[in-house]
Amino acid sequence: MAKAKTIILDPLSDDNPITYQVLGVCSALAVTVQVQTAFVMCIALTLVLAGSNLVISLMRNMIPSRIRMIVELSVIATLVILVDQVLKATAYDVSKQLSVFVGLIITNCIVMGRAEAFAMQNNARDSILDAVGNGGGYSIILILVATLREIIGSGTWYGFRVLPASYPGNGLMVLAPSAFLIIGLMIWAQRTWMTKKFEED
Amino acid sequence: MDYINLALKAIFVENILLAFFLGMCSYLSQSKKVESATGLGFAVVFVLTLSCPMNWAIKEFLLNKGALASWTKIAALQSVDLSFLSFICYIAVIAALVQLVEMVIDRFFPALYTTLGIFLPLITVNCSILGASLFMHERSYDLTHTIVFGFSSGLGWFLAIVALAAIRKKIRYSNIPEGMRGLGMAFTVTGLMAIGFLGFSGIDLDKEPAPKAAPVAEIEADVVAEAVDLEEDA
Repeated sequence: MAKAKTIILDPLSDDNPITYQVLGVCSALAVTVQVQTAFVMCIALTLVLAGSNLVISLMRNMIPSRIRMIVELSVIATLVILVDQVLKATAYDVSKQLSVFVGLIITNCIVMGRAEAFAMQNNARDSILDAVGNGGGYSIILILVATLREIIGSGTWYGFRVLPASYPGNGLMVLAPSAFLIIGLMIWAQRTWMTKKFEED
Repeated sequence: MDYINLALKAIFVENILLAFFLGMCSYLSQSKKVESATGLGFAVVFVLTLSCPMNWAIKEFLLNKGALASWTKIAALQSVDLSFLSFICYIAVIAALVQLVEMVIDRFFPALYTTLGIFLPLITVNCSILGASLFMHERSYDLTHTIVFGFSSGLGWFLAIVALAAIRKKIRYSNIPEGMRGLGMAFTVTGLMAIGFLGFSGIDLDKEPAPKAAPVAEIEADVVAEAVDLEEDA
């Protein structure tokens, strides 16, 4: 049980996929203008990650190592198509807002990286736990960045107004550069307070 | 004029990296040296210019509704709509194309292979390549627009990674707070660069621009913006 606990908890803080492993940053930055889109993106990514980790871990002894990348890519792409179709059918507005970024889960390095680094060596149960942990770590950062950007940018959270209506809104927070700056500051905070050693540049 | 507008928009105003955050992973990991940044940048331009038109052809002749019927002349295929398969087709095309390009370059241009070769495998999982194809799909460009868009998106990415590599080289000996070194600083610099590029969004490309003066002014403005960034970080 101790092992299962570290598999889930490590990626949430010390081994966070975004701020420590630097994986999957692309989509993390792009969908964080609003909490709602970020939330849907987190669910989509975690589902794809769990599915791909499960399938690849079950097939790990059958995949020839020379073509494993292609196999992994096709498993991931199939899952992403499923998620995209479900999103289009159930939450069309959000799927329009996310536009190309659902499709880009295919090239999201977290999914590929976890399949390659974890699911190829471990059994199905651990792989799913790993997916939950990494999906959770990704979600924490995404929701945090989205919360900051939505509250400071437009004074709302998940569409509800939290700051008084007289709050004028901060245009910069809605635009692309603020995402870079916020993630930069978060990395600073994490590296200052966390215990694990990081690689020197 | 239309094509120049599209190109300027893809390079500066809607830079694929600084406005859409695509290709961040290799952008951060390969920007420690200017040489490797340049090599990867060229490889991205090259693959984007080829992959966008190829995916366009796949979309137009295989996936769109009724596309199969248009050239096979089989009436039963008129109602077939395969566009839900677009993701898997695009990524397969990109993966295969990268392998092919690698082999062709290795066989016919050994000198180019030594500079680009190691970067090509990285490109399959570069989001900007798939992203450009998906934008092409979403915005329904025609063939010429697709080629121009693919090439100039690559160019925009190239510009961004080389600029970051140059800045990182300059700030190597600066006194940065410990936790901020490396990755944190790279993000902050990119944020400042993105603010610089935001300045371009003030340019109204839909209007008929003044004859031939406009592109020169933009290139100068870009140089100035980068110089300002360099000063800020030095």
